[in-house]
Amino acid sequence: MKIQTLFFGITSDLVATNNLELSVSENSSVNDFKILLKEKYPQLKNINSYAIAVNETYAEDNLVLKNNDVVAVIPPVSGG
Amino acid sequence: MKRTSIKITPKKLNLQECYNFVEDDSCGGISAFIGTVRNNTQEKEVKQLDFSTYKPMAIKEMQKIADLALEKFPIHKIAIHHAEGMLQIAEIPVIITVSSKHRKAAFKACEFAIDTLKETVPIWKKEYFSDGEVWVNAHP
Repeated sequence: MKIQTLFFGITSDLVATNNLELSVSENSSVNDFKILLKEKYPQLKNINSYAIAVNETYAEDNLVLKNNDVVAVIPPVSGG
Repeated sequence: MKRTSIKITPKKLNLQECYNFVEDDSCGGISAFIGTVRNNTQEKEVKQLDFSTYKPMAIKEMQKIADLALEKFPIHKIAIHHAEGMLQIAEIPVIITVSSKHRKAAFKACEFAIDTLKETVPIWKKEYFSDGEVWVNAHP
């Protein structure tokens, strides 16, 4: 299934895009998605940590993804 | 009656607007936090800051903070406005105003709102120095 993937802050620099479509297998969880990201973009390990948001809400690792979900890679925030 | 005002804008933030939103005859005070762009970080001179946002999610997270502040503290109204784009030294990236019957609740809610914003709202700043630029908080 297709996952719309958004990158923000330093992660958009590291992967050199802010938006792409990734294919994942049915019933993949957020954790599976993170493993796929690490394989595809090993350069992401250069940052502290990042959170994942699914459809504009922070998501836990065990959340199961659906086709056409929008997944955002959220590096440490620094607003204010 | 709307008790929260949430905004992310590329325009200059307006303190008077945030004040006017929370002002009310039933309240004995208004507290405000105004974030400003500082000209240095770790003794290095900063030239400007660029704020980028995941706007729809940032608006939702700011709304959650405002709603939670209304639940947690006996306050009347709260405004949280944040800027996006390039800001120069002394310009204002964030304004939070809170009104309440008694002052303590307004102080506490204001501190809670800015502390939580800095932890949860998907907004990032890039610091520009004379010799390059750095994403804030990205590295240990």
